[in-house]
Amino acid sequence: MEPTGAERDRPGTALGLDQGRTEGEGRMPERFADPGLPPHVSRSADLGEHAARRAERQVAALFGISMVATVIFLVAYFAIDQNTYRFVPGIGQANLSNIVLGVTLGLSLLCIGLGAVHWAKTLMPDTEVTEARHPQRSSDDARAEAVETIMAGADASQLARRPLIKYMLGGALGLFALPLGLQLAGSLGPLPQAELSTTFWRKGMRLVRDPELTPIKASDVTIGSVFHVMPEGIDKSHDFLEEKGKAAVLLMRLNPDDIKIAKERDWGHDGIVAYSKICTHVGCPVGLYEQQTHHLLCPCHQSTFDVTEDCKVIFGPAHRPLPQLKITVDAEGYLVADSAFREAVGPSFWERG
Amino acid sequence: MSTTATPKGAAGLRAKDAKPVSAKGGGLAGWVDDRTGAAKPLSYLLKKVFPDHWSFMLGEIAMFSLVILLLTGTFLTFWFVPSAGEVIYNGSYVPLKGIAMSEAFRSTVDISFDVRGGLIMRQIHHWAALMFTVSITVHMFRVFFTGAFRKPREINWVIGTVLSLLAINEGFTGYSLPDDLLSGTGLRAAEGFMQSVPVVGSYLAYAIFGGAFPGEAIIPRLYTTHVLLLPAIIVGLFTAHIVLVAVHKHTQYPGPGKTNDNVVGYPMMPVYMAKAGGFFFIVFGITTLMAALVTINPIWLYGPYDPSPVTAGSQPDWYMGFADGALRMFPGFFEFTVFGFTLSLNVFIPSLVVMPLLYGIAGAYPFIESWVTGDKREHHLLDRPRNAPARTGLGVMAISFYLILFFAAGDDLMAIKLGLSVNDILRAFQILLIVVPPLAYWVTKRICLSLQRRDRDLALHGRETGRLVRTAEGKFFEVHQPLPEHELWALVQHESGKPLQLTATVDANGVRRPGAFKERLRGKVSSFYFADSVDPVTPAELAAAHHDGAAHEAIEAPQEDAGQWVGQLHGGADERPETDAYAPHEHQHDHDHEVDPDPTTAR
Repeated sequence: MEPTGAERDRPGTALGLDQGRTEGEGRMPERFADPGLPPHVSRSADLGEHAARRAERQVAALFGISMVATVIFLVAYFAIDQNTYRFVPGIGQANLSNIVLGVTLGLSLLCIGLGAVHWAKTLMPDTEVTEARHPQRSSDDARAEAVETIMAGADASQLARRPLIKYMLGGALGLFALPLGLQLAGSLGPLPQAELSTTFWRKGMRLVRDPELTPIKASDVTIGSVFHVMPEGIDKSHDFLEEKGKAAVLLMRLNPDDIKIAKERDWGHDGIVAYSKICTHVGCPVGLYEQQTHHLLCPCHQSTFDVTEDCKVIFGPAHRPLPQLKITVDAEGYLVADSAFREAVGPSFWERG
Repeated sequence: MSTTATPKGAAGLRAKDAKPVSAKGGGLAGWVDDRTGAAKPLSYLLKKVFPDHWSFMLGEIAMFSLVILLLTGTFLTFWFVPSAGEVIYNGSYVPLKGIAMSEAFRSTVDISFDVRGGLIMRQIHHWAALMFTVSITVHMFRVFFTGAFRKPREINWVIGTVLSLLAINEGFTGYSLPDDLLSGTGLRAAEGFMQSVPVVGSYLAYAIFGGAFPGEAIIPRLYTTHVLLLPAIIVGLFTAHIVLVAVHKHTQYPGPGKTNDNVVGYPMMPVYMAKAGGFFFIVFGITTLMAALVTINPIWLYGPYDPSPVTAGSQPDWYMGFADGALRMFPGFFEFTVFGFTLSLNVFIPSLVVMPLLYGIAGAYPFIESWVTGDKREHHLLDRPRNAPARTGLGVMAISFYLILFFAAGDDLMAIKLGLSVNDILRAFQILLIVVPPLAYWVTKRICLSLQRRDRDLALHGRETGRLVRTAEGKFFEVHQPLPEHELWALVQHESGKPLQLTATVDANGVRRPGAFKERLRGKVSSFYFADSVDPVTPAELAAAHHDGAAHEAIEAPQEDAGQWVGQLHGGADERPETDAYAPHEHQHDHDHEVDPDPTTAR
């Protein structure tokens, strides 16, 4: 509804709310005006010396507590044995030295801080101060001067007049970092070669328990049991940890009828199957075996592998099944590898294929 | 808030010493000033004004945590041995006696059990690292939601996002150093991440680890990265960050007397010297108390690294959680074999792409927003988050996305504690990751708009006093107390954005203008931001509300059938004599003016 002529003409008249958010045309401002800083409210310490004294005492007391805490720290450092354990309520058995040193150091620091802040809040001026801001940009003159200086400098260097220098300098600057980069990139590490695709396992190697390194008889492996396995002789390897990181194997015995894949049964021995323990996702050890479901679970990212189906991935972010190690038994009844791993173990990489 | 360090020895200078040092202006301060001319910059610095607000202390916590980290980290270097060389432990922690481990692990155990006060330093260092990353993150939220990243502070926002990214990587290199079972498993995974890089993955992994995993090179390399390379960059960028804060002068929250052209607060000397200086000690003290009372990273319980065993419930420190969650959630079918090569996107994307991508989007946000709004002005007054509903919604959307990634990293622990299936939990997280963020955006934006309407209501109708008055005619109404002008100002000072007007996409001859698509996109995004913006109350509206007190419609007119008297008797005490102010309105209202983006057409 349009305002009537009479209403329009009266300056500053309130109209109905439907009649325009502002009344433009100079009769009512479009925006409110900033009322300015609110009146200052004095604190009790500003008004009475009594309150100020109390604040002073509080601040001083806090600094005092800090000093006491520091002294206790100094004494406790020498007095409390490094490996004394005491029962602390809410924590249990705890290292006494750590708690006393930490609490006293903490209090010594904290009370300095609390004292300073309390001092600032109660006794230091609390009247707000206003400082003007200025636009961030430089003045036009200053900008022009800067441009001029640069241009004059470039001119004086004769860069534009002598292009040969310009191009050669560009070339030199463009190339000088290459030796540095090459040294770094070229020398940081060796090329992977075939290392990522091979493991310590060879045909005929015995399967030994990890970490005891004792050989395993097929008859020791009962149905439902699981063994952490290493290849025999891995402890003699020069790169023990590196080889261990690739060669770790899990050995499980299933009821042969539960195994659904013929290849898996063939590569095992009487329901005993061996699979790489290194997850095909990012390489964590697949350490959890669920005996009832025959699932292997990686504790890092929960990739789940079904041992009855050649360790194919049934859940989680991994894509490839765990590689199987072909095993058999030797003349003495010990489990041995029947071949090396036929594919690369562990996480995927480009050349893996 | 302290800024750059004051020159050494000049602390004795008082602010008033800015005048040229006279012949008798002697002493050490005079001696220094004679040689440095420090009096002038010093007095400028000491008089510098900082505004007061609790949320400005979040960045301070980060700054002070950095100082604590540098201090305690230096302590730790005196005893830590960055070597993977194998040794047999024979220290005072009995359960590990006789066990083979790396020198790095042994020295960390020694710091914890055989160096007096070593454990407290280690635990302060680790707690401060968590404090550092938490405070950076929350500080970032504050800056985002208040729009403090707007011109002229875009560069500082970018520096901040880089600092944040460096901080979490500094954290990772730090907690990997002790070479314990947990962090070693983390490194094992990190090596897997590197291998997943297309084409060069295995070369990259071999270069960084100096050969096959784990090798002996990674511990010393991590050490150099952790104590020299990253700290140097972090301290350098942090210095730039804080210098820019001083150059820009701190932003302030809107309020009476606070404008875009001033900064209202307290001077450095003495107030902020005491407050910020004191706050450093408070942060240090609380971190130390946590370190004294709450065990963190008990590596002696995890044991030395060995590639074969693993513990259930392996989790990284919290700030790496989102990447770990992404890794858990990303489906395995993203691994392909193409022409005999393996492309493992199921690892590459969540581990190495998500992190820089999220931080990259964060870093780019100020530029995106200023392109959308077309606002090239300097902003020194902060936005209340409700007054930028789209931005606030986007921020909460991003946080919800991040949090779902983060919580997914704990799916196994949740499964154990809650007795649920880990598979179901992960599936649920996968669904939530897609469903929740848009929902979070929508809900947040609606809440912001509602809060803005509530502000309008409060500004227009004042506070309910709870005092009922009966008029001479026998009508009842509740007296509303108009807001005092200082309080009113906080509710009406802001601007509400308006969608950009679309220019014609074809010129007079019907030919498509170059860049028309970009402009159309910009118009679309702009109306996504501002189409339903709520305007602040104007003086005319307030006057009108006082005039016809029963009207409820001005809170937001377009949606409401304002022709109907809603029966709520509103009114200010000052309008009581006008009895008909409380009567139902007869006249019809039209409300086009509220939705029309161009006020000139409303007439």
